[in-house]
Amino acid sequence: MGSSHILAVVTPYTIPVGIMDALQVTVLVLVAAGATAVVLIREPARQVIMLSVYGVLLAVLFLAFQAPDVTLSELTVGAVALPMLLLLALAKVRRREK
Amino acid sequence: MTPRQRRWIFLAAVAGLAAFYLWGLRGLPGFGNYPGPYGDIINRIAVAQTKATGVVSAVNFEYRGFDTVGEEFILFVAATGMAVVLRRLRGERERDRQDPTADLTVPPASDAVRLVALIFTGPVVVMGWFLASHAQTSPSGGFQGGVVLASAFFLIYLSGQFLLFRRISPVDLTEAVEAVGAGGFAAVGVSAVAMGLPYLKNFLPLGTTPGAVSSSGTIALISFFVGLEVAAAFVLIVGELVDQTLLIRQGDR
Repeated sequence: MGSSHILAVVTPYTIPVGIMDALQVTVLVLVAAGATAVVLIREPARQVIMLSVYGVLLAVLFLAFQAPDVTLSELTVGAVALPMLLLLALAKVRRREK
Repeated sequence: MTPRQRRWIFLAAVAGLAAFYLWGLRGLPGFGNYPGPYGDIINRIAVAQTKATGVVSAVNFEYRGFDTVGEEFILFVAATGMAVVLRRLRGERERDRQDPTADLTVPPASDAVRLVALIFTGPVVVMGWFLASHAQTSPSGGFQGGVVLASAFFLIYLSGQFLLFRRISPVDLTEAVEAVGAGGFAAVGVSAVAMGLPYLKNFLPLGTTPGAVSSSGTIALISFFVGLEVAAAFVLIVGELVDQTLLIRQGDR
């Protein structure tokens, strides 16, 4: 990566660039697949669960791209809080429809 | 409009979007390349200047603290707006009564859900406070910590303990905590002004050890207030929705 000339710190925990690249590509593909799945699933409750899974995938993506702060935000908001709000709204609408 | 016309409009729009998108992509810096000077400068000076090793928090609560005040108030306004829109209006009670499903019984939470909620509530509270109080040392902060704290309340609700959820998060108290959180952040900024410093200038002693929990002055303090605000806002928003869901059930009794 281009920024390596600034932060070329190598520790025993440093992941080799090749593996890191493969990880990033894998996660990008998974995120694209997850987003497509969210759109294609038409049943609202299932869609919300998939959205939550998609939130976890995005969190992993941010982690793989060295943004742990955003990972935590995405994990809490995207995987927990937003699905929770949507499920409550669904419960409300459902009960009225029946 | 016929489906045929619609398809043509769609295709034209997609072609336009694709063209602009590709044009925009060509102007982007290469993958992993950061051309601006700002981030490099921050990376070099932030730890020494703020004594915070969580440089992202240092940027959020110090260098760009003013932006974060605005962001925090977005959530504050959202929660307030939700409370206003979902408040019970005169006459709504009658409409609830006419609801044919008013006595619909909802199955109680399963044992598995209750067990998970029971096991996780305590650790989640600890985790939330840990995140909210370690913004200055590690990738965390008031926002993440606040949402994690709020999810402890969600767990209690999910375990079927709605009354407990309400008892430990009464609306008035939650609103007060939210106001203290949002106001506290702004007040930290105003305190600096009162001392003749710029708004949100870090006026507390920074400590000497970068990465110590007690270091970084107002960064830790602001993170704490943000944690309060965010946790209360999320509890309030979910509480409002839960009330709405329960309204129909309670309306008849």
